[in-house]
Amino acid sequence: MTPNATAQFPTGLDDHFRAVAAASGELDVAYDVLDDTPVGPLLVGVSEHGLCRVHFDPEPEAELDVLARLFGPRVLRAPKALDRVRRELDEYFVGRRHAFDLELDLRATPEFHRRVLEELNRVEYGHTTTYGTLAAQVGAPRAARAVGTVMNRNPLPIVLPCHRVVGANGSLTGYGGGLERKRFLLALEGRVEPAVVAQPALDGLTGF
Amino acid sequence: MSGIPPFELFYESHKGEVLAFLRRRAGHDRADDLFQETFLRALRAYGRLEHGEHLRAWVLTIASNAVVDAVRRERPAAELVADPASEDERPAVEDLAPLTDGLPPKERAAVVLRYGYDLDYDAIGAALGSNEQAARKAASAGVRRLRKEKEQR
Repeated sequence: MTPNATAQFPTGLDDHFRAVAAASGELDVAYDVLDDTPVGPLLVGVSEHGLCRVHFDPEPEAELDVLARLFGPRVLRAPKALDRVRRELDEYFVGRRHAFDLELDLRATPEFHRRVLEELNRVEYGHTTTYGTLAAQVGAPRAARAVGTVMNRNPLPIVLPCHRVVGANGSLTGYGGGLERKRFLLALEGRVEPAVVAQPALDGLTGF
Repeated sequence: MSGIPPFELFYESHKGEVLAFLRRRAGHDRADDLFQETFLRALRAYGRLEHGEHLRAWVLTIASNAVVDAVRRERPAAELVADPASEDERPAVEDLAPLTDGLPPKERAAVVLRYGYDLDYDAIGAALGSNEQAARKAASAGVRRLRKEKEQR
């Protein structure tokens, strides 16, 4: 690291290179950190095949290593490449978008996980399903726990709506990004009252 | 994976030094374009690097060659090769300088990157702004030239 070099570095030149790199088609992953979403900072990444990463509370260095390992070392913060993702998420967060219209890159996701996530992707805005239901839909009715693991490792939370998966008794159960966020997203979609755990109110939701 | 850092870290670590180097070598006005050129060349080759060592030397060599190419586009080739100033302060080749001093810039860079830094020809080609085959050719021409010089001494 060159001392002071970063502080004096012309931002225009830096922005320009990142834009040129994004347009070059040479990046394995272009990412950006969206700092001001209602669920806190979100790291989002796209490859040439589509959205490949959504991550809560990113610790950039660790996350970059993960991306490099999964997709290749040419990982660069390139906000321009995320314009569309940013716009769709913004629309979602203000309630104007109910379905994402993005290519998804699940190359780095194991086969079983991918099948579950594809099934998950059919759960519509404002609806919920259960771990057991999803397990049955992929032909593994006893694999509710495994489905829970798939949700926990969902590489594209929010976009692949694992927040819409709840326990058989309607409890929120768990969420990779923390229950607080799960509750927020379900409230945004009109599914639960904001900031209320409200298990009794959810009892009727058992099943789907 | 053999310790190749994500490009973001590589870029952030070296962008300041590369820009300063380009400004020194090519002037403020031309440095910005050469900066883009340098890191684009590096990006193109980055996925084919076999290890993450000597990345500073590597990117400064790319920068140095981007300058050479730009100057060559503007001036007749003969003038450049004969210009000893343009061969000085090539930071990446310092260590092997005494040995490779007499070589033309491309051959010198190819030899140093291959034998000094152990890069593969793919990466060297990108560093030189050409391709694997040209890099292989430049390195072997350089080695031949060195042998000949040695025999003549």
